[in-house]
Amino acid sequence: MEFSELIKTATVESVLLSCVGLPAVKGTLCITSHHLLLSSCPGGDSQPGTLELWLLIRNVDAVEKRIAGSSGTITLRCKDLKVLQLEIPGMEECLNIASSIEALSSVDSVMMMYPFFYRPQSLKLEEGWHLFPLEQYFQRIASQTSQWRLSDVNRDFTTCPTYPPTVIVPAAVDDDTLQKAARFRQGGRFPVLSYYHCKNGTAMLRSSQPLTGPNRKRCREDEMLLGTILDEGERGFIIDTRSAQAAKQARMMGGGTEPKSSYPQWRRLHRPLERGRPLQESFIKLVEACNDTSINMDRWLSRLESCRWLSHVKAALSTACLAAQCLDREEASVLVHGAEGTDTTLLVTALAQVILDPSCRTLAGFQGLLEREWIEAGHPFHLRCARSAYSHARLKQEAPLFLLFLDCVWQLSRQFPFSLEFSEHLLLTLFDNAYASAYGTFLCNNEKERCLCKVRESTHALWAWLNQPGEKKKYLNPLYSHNALVIWPSVEPQSIQLWQGLFFRWIRSSQYLDEAWAEVQRLAEGGDPPVKESVESRLSRSLSDPAAQTENGR
Amino acid sequence: PHHVRCVENVKLLDRYTNRKAANGTLYLTATHLIYVDASAEVRKEIWILHHHIATVEKLPLTTAGYPLLIHCKNFHVAHFVIGQERDCHEVYTSLLKLSQPVKSEELYAFSYNPKMSKENREIGWKLIDLKVDYQRMGIPNDYWEITDVNKDYEVCNTYPPEIVVPRAANKAVVIGSSRFRSRGRIPVLSYLYKENNAAICRCSQPLSGFSARCLEDEQMLQAIREANPGSPFMYVVDTRPKLNAMANRAAGKGYENEDNYDNIRFKFIGIENIHVMRNSLQKLLEVCEMKSPSMSDFLTGLENSGWLRHIKAVMDAGVFLAKAVKDEKASVLVHCSDGWDRTAQVCSLASLLLDPFYRTFKGFMVLIEKEWIAMGHKFSHRCGHLDGDPKEVSPVFTQFIECVWQLMQQFPCAFEFNERFLLEIHDHVYSCQFGNFLGTCHKEREDLKIFEKTHSLWPFLLQKKQELRNPLYRGFTAYKELQPNTLPFSFQFWCGMYNRFDKGMHPKQCVLDHLLSSMSQKMKLEDNASELENFCVSVCIGSGWDGVNFPQSSPPRAVLCVGSCRGAGNTPVFWLLLSRAGTALSPSIPASYPEASMLGVGKVLAGDVARTADPG
Repeated sequence: MEFSELIKTATVESVLLSCVGLPAVKGTLCITSHHLLLSSCPGGDSQPGTLELWLLIRNVDAVEKRIAGSSGTITLRCKDLKVLQLEIPGMEECLNIASSIEALSSVDSVMMMYPFFYRPQSLKLEEGWHLFPLEQYFQRIASQTSQWRLSDVNRDFTTCPTYPPTVIVPAAVDDDTLQKAARFRQGGRFPVLSYYHCKNGTAMLRSSQPLTGPNRKRCREDEMLLGTILDEGERGFIIDTRSAQAAKQARMMGGGTEPKSSYPQWRRLHRPLERGRPLQESFIKLVEACNDTSINMDRWLSRLESCRWLSHVKAALSTACLAAQCLDREEASVLVHGAEGTDTTLLVTALAQVILDPSCRTLAGFQGLLEREWIEAGHPFHLRCARSAYSHARLKQEAPLFLLFLDCVWQLSRQFPFSLEFSEHLLLTLFDNAYASAYGTFLCNNEKERCLCKVRESTHALWAWLNQPGEKKKYLNPLYSHNALVIWPSVEPQSIQLWQGLFFRWIRSSQYLDEAWAEVQRLAEGGDPPVKESVESRLSRSLSDPAAQTENGR
Repeated sequence: PHHVRCVENVKLLDRYTNRKAANGTLYLTATHLIYVDASAEVRKEIWILHHHIATVEKLPLTTAGYPLLIHCKNFHVAHFVIGQERDCHEVYTSLLKLSQPVKSEELYAFSYNPKMSKENREIGWKLIDLKVDYQRMGIPNDYWEITDVNKDYEVCNTYPPEIVVPRAANKAVVIGSSRFRSRGRIPVLSYLYKENNAAICRCSQPLSGFSARCLEDEQMLQAIREANPGSPFMYVVDTRPKLNAMANRAAGKGYENEDNYDNIRFKFIGIENIHVMRNSLQKLLEVCEMKSPSMSDFLTGLENSGWLRHIKAVMDAGVFLAKAVKDEKASVLVHCSDGWDRTAQVCSLASLLLDPFYRTFKGFMVLIEKEWIAMGHKFSHRCGHLDGDPKEVSPVFTQFIECVWQLMQQFPCAFEFNERFLLEIHDHVYSCQFGNFLGTCHKEREDLKIFEKTHSLWPFLLQKKQELRNPLYRGFTAYKELQPNTLPFSFQFWCGMYNRFDKGMHPKQCVLDHLLSSMSQKMKLEDNASELENFCVSVCIGSGWDGVNFPQSSPPRAVLCVGSCRGAGNTPVFWLLLSRAGTALSPSIPASYPEASMLGVGKVLAGDVARTADPG
């Protein structure tokens, strides 16, 4: 396939671009393989006052066109939730542009995506890819205990296609046992160490559901694997992220739960968390309600309630607190799983670590957590983030688990404003990049696919970009001060707020809040107030990818 | 009256955590209920002012003892369990009596004695001078004058002696108009927007019935319109729902007929009446008190209470007024029924939106004195200061305070003061500790001799300026008019007000405290102190900070702790009170203020909370 075949019209003059809350811009519109760009000064070098807007076409979630007379309007609804309007003179041009954007934005082949073409001069390809090796994480644990070991049983991805080559497992269990246990877990996701709580030596493990099935099958190796984690008389908790009923029903499909009789030391707790389609629909309904500026107060509150997004936030935080409580208070080890072990499981284990472990609350530590607990752990980003809240396409496997995680972290940052080293800005950037990015970090569904596509060899890492000194500063929380304690959030409804910075980012003006943030920064750092940003730079920043800016400057 | 009653072995239940109930001693002083928690590692006290108590209920006997549930007007809820039935009943009857005084003389303000010189007390009352504010607006000028036509309350007994009316309206017009307005509350100036001469005026409903007219009233409106030569018309805004206003016509009241008044544009803004608001708050508080509600329970309850809808209605009205004045350059006359509830809300909010002065400490005090106190908002009835008609009670002022808080959320750098300042004022509207909010109108306050017998709140708040200031304030000139977003999502539930005493729900680390303390560390008190501050310091020193004995005469420290649960998260910032020379005044902090020893370690404190708080 050639991109040029998909581009029916490459350039149109006198296109008017508008975006809520910002002045409209007229200029020349260009469609390239990966970008839509609009320049207010065609052909000219960047003169002062020139606006160049870059939009990654992968960011487009839905294209709507309306023809009136000889011109047409295209509404682009983006995955990062912004909405752009293009007024295009000429009906044919309008239709061509619309269909080009549609075609380009639905290219599904990973290796055709922008990260494989993006070559910024300021970064090296290999930078940022091996910042957080599991070996290094393991060293931290190994210095405390010899109960765990690194296993490369999955080095060729045959034991579990969605696990990374190396995992941390109980030292007492050999690879042969692991392979057998893997056959008893959906997708081969046998229990592995997610987090070791240094304070008291308890551990959090994660896996997928056991394949108990209708005949109540057992697996000696799986029982042994979990058995070795607990000493005699010790008790562990299994947090199943499905309801007891759903877990029972899963037996009919070959799945199930750990029966008490086979795992006598483990106590099962069911904490149902929504995922899959209902979660995606919740996201869609929330975004719809946020964009409906004609509704009255009662209707707004009722839609906020009925979309259930905040209920999901509350449930996720509560379950993560439960896992953290088991480890920290009950001093008991925990196994977390739902069905596949790639969605709500990771939500809970990652969130529990932010709550428990201060080293996950630094900028670098948080990146490491995302690498370990989301990316390498095999959260299927490519499937889950294929479409965002605006898409009219039939839902396949999309679900905003990662967004839900970011929202929960935002809630933590609101309740503990000094305890996270990074700011809301980082969370927003992560959301944007998970759905459409110039970087390879969130590409593919698991490590196996990433190896096949040579993501690490052929794309740049998001972390390399973020960690550049000039860039990094933007993501830091000026109020941060190391807090060694567990940060227990309140999960009362009164304590949970809608994340306006994300859901209203493109709807309300953030001028006054930005000014407040600058003021906080100034007070915290004791420096001078930052130079006020001009409207132009704001527009340009808001419409372009960080990547595009460098490209732009080249 | 100084007999202190005490009951031992009283449990205090925590509504939100399953933590073990506290065990301690309950004291009833002449002014406060004080609970001292004996079971805690650090001595913990809860002070509840009797005047703050809204309801006392005896609940059915439990295994733990006899429960006593106290609801406060500042939304504190205390759930005690008392061992002996007789004790419980005795506390119950005492509190009923203490919390519902019958005569004005029983109010705290008349016994409150902060050991301040008579002279300073009098200066305190002169701190806010409305004439100065009118001068600031450029009044008197060619169009407006300050008249003493009401000096003997002959025009209107709920207005102050001095009012601002158009020069063109002579005495006959004023008197004539007053006969055509409910309770004689004629149109008077609330705010003049100097930039374009558009004015906000306020009054009560006309006695128009179905067809009555009044020439003088029509002349009065014409005079107001002509005082703004830049606009060919003026708005007349009735803040009631149209149906309510129409119903009033049957009683000989009603609203202005556009045909009878030249060049007016008449408009209804549907803000509900005091009864609807009272019920709405009741429902909201029930939601706030639910035990472990789900998200849906909470949001559905919030919606059904209608509270935020009402807040939005008040805000929308304020925004309409501000826009009419600023963008359309038109004067506006506002009324509701009597013109002392909704009208006060809307006019004060519009002023706040239009004029940055009202967003400063002093300006906000002026605003409350002008639009609420002087113009006869019936604080005594609306707040239930005395045992009276419960149907007169309504959270009208609370709604105004909340609107200000909602604006602070949207404009974090536009106000000189912080959320605590609003909460302090709200507390004292109910506390009856100061004379400002007693009675229903100026005349009544004169009759009560509050200017001779009581203290004014404002100097006491200015004294605490350091802890009540907004560290993010960007100064007087940073923002002029505010144009808030009034889409529904812009209004948030105010946890800091309605669940203020449920510390577990609030952010565990306080940015405000942190910024305030880093500010005070970094800079010495700026040397831009006005006369006001000079005064303030003199009061502070003059009042004598030591030698106060607990609990017979708790002031002035009682000011600092009225009704607040003084837990670790809400540390009053004593040490920020610096004299102008930069030396601490160091009030001798008695042992009963345990958190004082922890001052300055806000983060450790927050960490402690984090460590001890239960998840869920």
